[in-house]
Amino acid sequence: MTKSNSPSAFHTLRRAATNHLATGLAVLSTILVVAPLVAIFAYLIYKGASSLNLAFFTQIPKPVGEAGGGMANAILGSAVLLLVGSLLGVPIGIAAGIYLAEFGQGGKLANVVRFTADVLNGVPSIVMGIAVYSLIVLPQKHFSAFAGGVALGIMMIPTITRTTEEMLLMVPGSVREAALGLGVPSWRAVLSITLKTASPGVITGCMLAFARVAGETAPLMFTAFGNQFWSSNLHEPIAALPLQIYAYAISPYDEWHRLAWAGALVLILLIVISVSLVRYVTTRGVLKGAN
Amino acid sequence: MRPPIVSDAEQSEIRRFLLGRGSSTLQDRGFAWLMLGCALSIFAIVALIATELVLRSQLTIQKFGITFFFGHAWDPVSGNFGAFPFIYGTLMSSLVALCIAVPLSVGVAIFITEMCPKFLRGPLSFLTELLAAIPSVVYGLWAIFTLVPLLREHIDPVLIKLFGWTGLFAAPDFGLGTLSAGVILSIMILPIISSLTREVMTAVPHSQREAVLALGATRWEMIRMGVLRNARIGIVGSVILGLGRALGETMAVTMVIGNSPQIMKNLLAPAYSMASVIANEFSEASDDMYRSALIEIGLALFIVTILVNALARLLVWAVTRGAPPRAA
Repeated sequence: MTKSNSPSAFHTLRRAATNHLATGLAVLSTILVVAPLVAIFAYLIYKGASSLNLAFFTQIPKPVGEAGGGMANAILGSAVLLLVGSLLGVPIGIAAGIYLAEFGQGGKLANVVRFTADVLNGVPSIVMGIAVYSLIVLPQKHFSAFAGGVALGIMMIPTITRTTEEMLLMVPGSVREAALGLGVPSWRAVLSITLKTASPGVITGCMLAFARVAGETAPLMFTAFGNQFWSSNLHEPIAALPLQIYAYAISPYDEWHRLAWAGALVLILLIVISVSLVRYVTTRGVLKGAN
Repeated sequence: MRPPIVSDAEQSEIRRFLLGRGSSTLQDRGFAWLMLGCALSIFAIVALIATELVLRSQLTIQKFGITFFFGHAWDPVSGNFGAFPFIYGTLMSSLVALCIAVPLSVGVAIFITEMCPKFLRGPLSFLTELLAAIPSVVYGLWAIFTLVPLLREHIDPVLIKLFGWTGLFAAPDFGLGTLSAGVILSIMILPIISSLTREVMTAVPHSQREAVLALGATRWEMIRMGVLRNARIGIVGSVILGLGRALGETMAVTMVIGNSPQIMKNLLAPAYSMASVIANEFSEASDDMYRSALIEIGLALFIVTILVNALARLLVWAVTRGAPPRAA
């Protein structure tokens, strides 16, 4: 096909060679991208799995030099922080998404809000950390689980808002009109018809946001601060899995490195499971019937 | 696909009518206001962060002014603060990251959208997304124990031998430094660049590809002329977005950059970044001036990432606007 168009055999050959080269490079780059992923997972499992035992999930860290101990307090702490974060981030995020999809459609204000959400999404997490530090920790004069939760909650909002909006827009207008046509008040129509139809997608967005902040370390360094003991008190510093992994990773003790690997494995499993669930829900096309 | 009976514009008009006027009870209006309030709170949060950062960094802003960003000295004991080493470190490590990540992620995007067999498309994009889901601290952990030794023992010596004359790679080499930070950053920003590039490439109409192919182009020529040329603004946008991510990345960089406030051409030498100086020193910053200096660095980071993000979003929007929704 290309032969008849090209002036010389050499020219054709060169073009074919470029084509093959480009294809080869694309394949190579794909392999190079997938390689670190495989390497990280393989290494995490190799290093982490052997250190996972009952003590890891039930004990608090032992003092330096003593073998054993676990990260139970950090797991509890992460759960508390994520709970506080979700309580703040999920309702605001979903409500803002509802506004964007149902009330502000096409309006200037909606565009500004959408843009702000995208910008907020790009604010570095460390900046979020110092902002919440000066907003909450400085006035209160102590680090607290509450401050950590607020930082995580704020970081959840943009993701949830944008996915909620996207999912609500996929619900066909006829569904809304049917509800409104029957005389249902609009707030009920939005909440129990539109939002309910889109709920698998909305939940997906919440889990994505959840998975993202579950691994955040930087915003917790000056808010939740970390804690070597049991604590679930919102007004006290609290341990968190990512914080503990960081502290152990940069410590000079082999025993702590071992715990860091185990912690990382637990964290990554938590995240991979939620991302896979999300993937399952979105590709199964729960919303397919609506389209 | 069932043909639409009413257009999108008409539909939203009907909806607005029904929502707006069809029922105007107190509850309905209250609900609408509540939703609006939540939407505006996003705005309020960004404004709050900005004012808080500006207020808390007043001390150094007033004392040093603009020279804060050009000063080379970082001496908390004598109260002398200059942020240039951190800005330099941030820029250099992000630059290294972009040099590695851009070709790779465009390559992956080309492979996934244009070349790869259909059954591989889903799993591959899932894998690259998974790369985005790994927490920064886990990247850092992995980098300390496997990436840094790998670079130090196998890759850096080769770089020193081949490119030592440029001054960019020189011994002594501890493995911790700008290059290590750049490599780990490149892995972290790959998914965002490649997924957005993929999106803008899918937004290029098929007729473009067909037209180029009909003229007898090879597949690569089709990609270069039909796809890349049309998607270039969007690709630039996604690269800038990746840059924004790289500038603010904290944990992984802190763990491998070496944390030494010096300005070196040598990429193998330890350096420091804006985010990592905050992470390392903020909780030790006892006096107000020290804290103010760190918050001002945070403020600079905030402003830069906001500008970078806004620019990138505008570019990506310009290309994907009006494009058909991407297939799952």
